[in-house]
Amino acid sequence: MKKRVLSAAMTSLLALAMLLTGCGGSQTAQKPAEQPKTEAPAPAATPAPEPAKSGPKQLIIGRGGDSVGLDPIQQTDGESFKVTENVFDTLVGYEEESTAVVPSLAEKWEIAPDGLTYTFHLRSGVKFHDGTDFNAEAVKWNFERWSDKSHPQHNKEGFEYYNDMFGGYKGDKDHVIKSVEAVDPQTVKFTLNRPLAPFIQNLGMSCFAIASPKAVQEMGVEKFNENPVGTGPFVFKEWKRNDTITLEKNPNYWNAGFPKLDKIVFKTIPENTARLTALTSGEIDMMDGLNPDDAQAVKDNQDLQLILRPSMNIGFVGFNVEKKPLDNPKVREALAYAINKPAIIEAFFAGLGQPAVNPMPPSIWGHNGNIKDREFSLDKAKQLLTEAGFPNGFKIKFWAMPVARPYMPDGVKIAEAIQQDLKKIGVEAEIVTMEWATYLEKTKAGEQEMFMLGWTGDNGDPDNFLATLLDKNNIGGNNRTRWANEDAHKLLMQAQSATTKEEREKLYLQVQEIIFKDVPMVPLAHSTPALAAKASIINYKPHPKGSESLEKVEFKE
Amino acid sequence: MALLSYSIRRILMLIPVLLGMSIVVFSIIRAIPGDPALTILGEKASPKAIEDLREVLGLNNPWYVQYFDYLKQILSGDLGVSLHSGASITQEIGPYLAATTELTIVSMLFAVIIGVNAGILSAWKQNSWFDYSAMLIALIGVSMPIFWLGLMEQWFFAQELKWLPSVGRDNSRNPVEAITQFYILDTLLAGQWDQLWEVIKHLILPGVALGTIPMAIIARITRSSMLEVMRADYVRTARAKGMAQFWVVYKHALKNAMIPVLTVIGLQTGLLLGGAVLTETIFGWPGVGRYIFTAIGNRDYPVIQSGILVIATIFVLINLLVDLLYAFIDPRIKYR
Repeated sequence: MKKRVLSAAMTSLLALAMLLTGCGGSQTAQKPAEQPKTEAPAPAATPAPEPAKSGPKQLIIGRGGDSVGLDPIQQTDGESFKVTENVFDTLVGYEEESTAVVPSLAEKWEIAPDGLTYTFHLRSGVKFHDGTDFNAEAVKWNFERWSDKSHPQHNKEGFEYYNDMFGGYKGDKDHVIKSVEAVDPQTVKFTLNRPLAPFIQNLGMSCFAIASPKAVQEMGVEKFNENPVGTGPFVFKEWKRNDTITLEKNPNYWNAGFPKLDKIVFKTIPENTARLTALTSGEIDMMDGLNPDDAQAVKDNQDLQLILRPSMNIGFVGFNVEKKPLDNPKVREALAYAINKPAIIEAFFAGLGQPAVNPMPPSIWGHNGNIKDREFSLDKAKQLLTEAGFPNGFKIKFWAMPVARPYMPDGVKIAEAIQQDLKKIGVEAEIVTMEWATYLEKTKAGEQEMFMLGWTGDNGDPDNFLATLLDKNNIGGNNRTRWANEDAHKLLMQAQSATTKEEREKLYLQVQEIIFKDVPMVPLAHSTPALAAKASIINYKPHPKGSESLEKVEFKE
Repeated sequence: MALLSYSIRRILMLIPVLLGMSIVVFSIIRAIPGDPALTILGEKASPKAIEDLREVLGLNNPWYVQYFDYLKQILSGDLGVSLHSGASITQEIGPYLAATTELTIVSMLFAVIIGVNAGILSAWKQNSWFDYSAMLIALIGVSMPIFWLGLMEQWFFAQELKWLPSVGRDNSRNPVEAITQFYILDTLLAGQWDQLWEVIKHLILPGVALGTIPMAIIARITRSSMLEVMRADYVRTARAKGMAQFWVVYKHALKNAMIPVLTVIGLQTGLLLGGAVLTETIFGWPGVGRYIFTAIGNRDYPVIQSGILVIATIFVLINLLVDLLYAFIDPRIKYR
């Protein structure tokens, strides 16, 4: 009995499905043949969405990946900072489009001559989005949370950037910050254990943004990571994971007259081409991560504009100096002569990049602009190889990056181009590639011979490029060339503890000369990451560090 | 009675299947090269930080300890915590699963409605121009790369014609307030008709991209199954009685022809759930396919394990449902 009812129900369900399609034979018969057309509604019914002229001013930004979390101190990835930059402020900030330090939550500061005490005078009348006051106590609380592993709101995995920039945590041998005192509500005093030249520079990094102590305490570390509360120009509203993050205007923002927009939506669209389609069709207002190849199409489109981010990165070909024959500087120099940088930039960066001479870009102070790069010359390369005792060349493994990075749009193709030139001087390069995480792991362990990699700067300090990539202390870490040069090491260490910028600059200029001469790596290019936006967007000032506050951005009337 | 005991036996069989699945998922993930701690912390991490994190994550324990810990956890309904975002997977996976389910349902509706009808008509008008062209389209449909089809759809319907939106689940300028996370349901509940229309429009392009392959397969199976049934005696009898061709096809033949089709529909639905990665990537769809895919890139072990396990469980359940439906539809099938 039951069975029959159910089978009848099944049949009628099927029949219903058929009915829904319209059982008329001839009508359905047309359908499969013209299938895509019948799926689309009439054109007039749905004009492309445009922001309403009188409605709220909202900016929809398309990007490739979602944020990991929104508590800045817990994060290390660029996509997270793109959002937190707008919700939080740091004690000091960076100038538009440069890494020069400017006041932010701290209006001014004094540094003691011995470089051990920093006194910050805080902006008054600033409130967190939850209505609590921003003051010296709040600053003190944030630093205690970051530095003290036993603090209840310290993360079990640690705060990686704090650890790296300030020599570990409270009680560690190299920890930089001895104490933070609230002198009065508007004054906070930092005492250091040892001078740290880039101290102020570091404080401007996105991760050291000041969070509302009350909000962190009430929500706990994990929940705060999804519901951030800061003092920034925009207030966090909603996060739909892998889809959108919505921020709304902070009407009480301390920088009077800003922000200009009412709402910002960060929308995740993983595919580069689809993101550009969404921009062209008006679903989003701007996008980052433009394929270099699409730059021309954006320039040609009157409704769009191309926005170039100042470069703060380096893509390079490294030599593991512990492997033969790369331990011979002459061999390394020969290979440097055989790499045609301008041709690579032309072919693979679509012109959005400049040939690199030093491991750090010209946008960073201390860049040595006096070094003249080697010209591409296969003859010269061949001659050096002969001098080094390899007149017929040699065989070598060339590790190529498996993924696209801003500093290296297509690792394998670039490696193939270099391979062709090396062949002409008798060097047989076998291209090796593997999955990205493995690649990083193995190059860290020093298994590679010749390899490619790159770096994007964190804070605009030369130390963040030169020491990070080439100091002997970082072998086993980010110095994957395993280059251990005593002269360079001495200079780099001196520069770390020097107190004046002039002194440091002099030291870095020397280090770059040593690097150029000894060729542990061939700097290839400083790429210029490109963004595309509607032509009506103005005052978008992309920052070299990869994220920026959008308080000044607005739509042209 | 036989049916009931069959059903119970069939359901009990799920236990070893699911257990086996959890072991397979667990081992496959361990076979991926690369250290999750390094991947989480990124290329800028110090060796000490990596070692500390491995300890915190229990990655230094032997694999069987990790497996039993994991099993204990899921049995208590806890899918673990994402290494990447630090959020609970049980909570996090909900919206993704809803997004994918909604897309899958739309795709399957598209595939079943078009596929079954095209198949029926092809069989009915065997060797006609319609039959040939429908089967040609089905052949193209099966061999069409989803990636290419998706990008072409976007280029044509979103960029050139501007008829349909190219990405996402809703219009970001007028976002849907999520209640159940099923946006069609949510907009209906809220009575937001303009938003409902937006949600439907957003479903069309990815729905067609995802539904094209199953549509083609269903069309072919329906056709051959129908052809077989139409030659059966009882259909000939129905015809001889002077019944209209339409009723012969839709009332008599279809019911029996549907059995193999039902299998295919069940299988394809399961496949869609897991195979939505490409479609979800191209169309910026915040679904579970992309959730797992991103997790693989991040070596987010708990998410990969739990995500695949959830998908596989749904797949198994759909197949169970199909098997049980057979028993109801076709009394001739005997189960032991």
